[in-house]
Amino acid sequence: MRLVTARPTWPVIALTVVVLIVGLALPYLATSFYVSVVTQVLVFGLLAMSIDVLGGYLGLMPLGQAGVMGVAAYVIAYLISKAHWSWPPAVAMALAATLLVALVFGLLAVRTSGIFFVMITLAEGMLVWGLAYRWSSVTGAENGIRGISRPEFATVYWQYYYFVLVAFAVCAVLLGLLVRSPFGLVLKGIRDSESRMRTLGYNVTLHKLLAFLASGLFAGIAGVLYAWYNQFISPSAINITASTEAVLMVVLGGPGTLLGPVLGAGVIVFIKNILSAYVARWPTIMGLIFIGVVLFAQEGILGALRRTQVRTRSGRVQLHGEKAWDTLGTSSGSSPL
Amino acid sequence: MNLETFGLQLLNGITFGSLLFLLASGFTLIFGLMRITNLSHGGLYLIGGYLGLTVLGRTGNFWLALIAAGAGVAVLGLAIERVLLRPVRNRIMPEVLLTLGLAFVLGDVALAIWGGDPHSIPVPPILGGSINALGLTYPTFRLFMVLVGVVTAVGLWYLQYHTLLGAIIRAGVDDPNMVDAMGIDIKVVFNRVFALGAALAGLAGLFGGAFLSLYPGADSDTLLLAVVVVIIGGPGSLLGAIVGSLLVGLIDSFATALVPDLLYFTLFAPMVVILAWRPYGLLGKPL
Repeated sequence: MRLVTARPTWPVIALTVVVLIVGLALPYLATSFYVSVVTQVLVFGLLAMSIDVLGGYLGLMPLGQAGVMGVAAYVIAYLISKAHWSWPPAVAMALAATLLVALVFGLLAVRTSGIFFVMITLAEGMLVWGLAYRWSSVTGAENGIRGISRPEFATVYWQYYYFVLVAFAVCAVLLGLLVRSPFGLVLKGIRDSESRMRTLGYNVTLHKLLAFLASGLFAGIAGVLYAWYNQFISPSAINITASTEAVLMVVLGGPGTLLGPVLGAGVIVFIKNILSAYVARWPTIMGLIFIGVVLFAQEGILGALRRTQVRTRSGRVQLHGEKAWDTLGTSSGSSPL
Repeated sequence: MNLETFGLQLLNGITFGSLLFLLASGFTLIFGLMRITNLSHGGLYLIGGYLGLTVLGRTGNFWLALIAAGAGVAVLGLAIERVLLRPVRNRIMPEVLLTLGLAFVLGDVALAIWGGDPHSIPVPPILGGSINALGLTYPTFRLFMVLVGVVTAVGLWYLQYHTLLGAIIRAGVDDPNMVDAMGIDIKVVFNRVFALGAALAGLAGLFGGAFLSLYPGADSDTLLLAVVVVIIGGPGSLLGAIVGSLLVGLIDSFATALVPDLLYFTLFAPMVVILAWRPYGLLGKPL
């Protein structure tokens, strides 16, 4: 089913090669500060892609994804720094715990649709944050958990960069396969008209639940990488502000594209790390970017780029995902076949 | 826990629940008619509280501050609906994300204007004392809060079920296009209802400032409570907001006393159970 795949053009291939080379050679080209920033971009890019599975492909933005990431981050933090587990079982346990939380909330969420679905994801994020913030005997409350040591082969910043790069690349390929598979196409079908897909005989509830689990799994991987990146986790890393920033990455980059959210993550992480030294009112700026994108640029950065590409190539490129979340709301439930 | 502490916690729960109702009623009113999850509700609460604080500081009159908090935030609500929300009307994700972006702007602007120190709004002298009854001593202001909650609930009930505007709102909940076709400008109705919901948030901010205090971050804390109340009670349901507020108020009060470590968990766990049992809340209905 290659209905929606555009054949890559030469500039795109050239750009991909350049990005790959720069990505691989980065520790030889840049200072440790920039390598760390790019590591952060990759971690948040993965988180943003996990949001995109639900937000872009299913059309319902999860508003508590930093909390989902937090489950994995806290579990691995606890197991490594307090229970002194070695890292492979700790990672397995962290991901299992994340999947369990995703399963519970997924089962609740798939019984509803539209805005109720979104509110349950909000509640999910708040629950995890609330526990992290209050359950001090386990989570250390506001002091968080420190001393989350990395695997022995990835302790130095550039080693850890390569570690994250490999994890990111594997996840990105898996996610790309997922959204292009028949399963991914069914998700888009549900996004455009739930009742139509139901009538065609698809098990909408099951597809939504599996999407929820897939999104949770990749958010969990991002959580593990995040915990190791800072070697520290605290409630403020997983609160609603963090969830919102991650959603902003998706919205800014272009929902329903996977690549867009990574671009968005790049922009937001760079603004936060580099411009924030010069700009005092970061929340206001973030809020205004949010409002601006929603009002004026709903396709995000990637959508805008693709549109220019179409103009130059006389309509040969089939757009995918350009109206990811715009179409929703009017379509769920009542649209005609 | 002896009988006296039990009585005190019960009163704490009910009075806190009343404040929560004031907060959640505006949220649920907007949701009920417009299907907007207004995530800037906490921001409006905070702005209302600070506006009231400023007016109180200038005039020394609590009731004037009350009017300023309500009216000021109502005007803000009118503008938000007209300028930001109307262009994306009926598209649920853009609506939610806009209010989310707005929440950050409101919180940060409040921080820029009123600073990072917590402020408490002084209670007017007439409500400043405490009342002795049944062997308990309890602050008058907290009991007054219950009165405010009851008056708000009755007022909203009367508005919805015994006025023409209420009839239009109820019709709008069922079928906005039909209301529009009947010659009623539904856009204006949306605008006014959003402002009313915002005004309730502003008033809650002033009372909340006297009850708890105003600080940066109070906006997301209150939003969280409003969301829990509304999810438990059922989005869009006035009665649901009453039930949810009392439930959350009581849970919060007893959990603070008994298991402070698990404060938020005790709030969210019942919410999850209720969602599993009734996905649209205790008294809510599917769209």
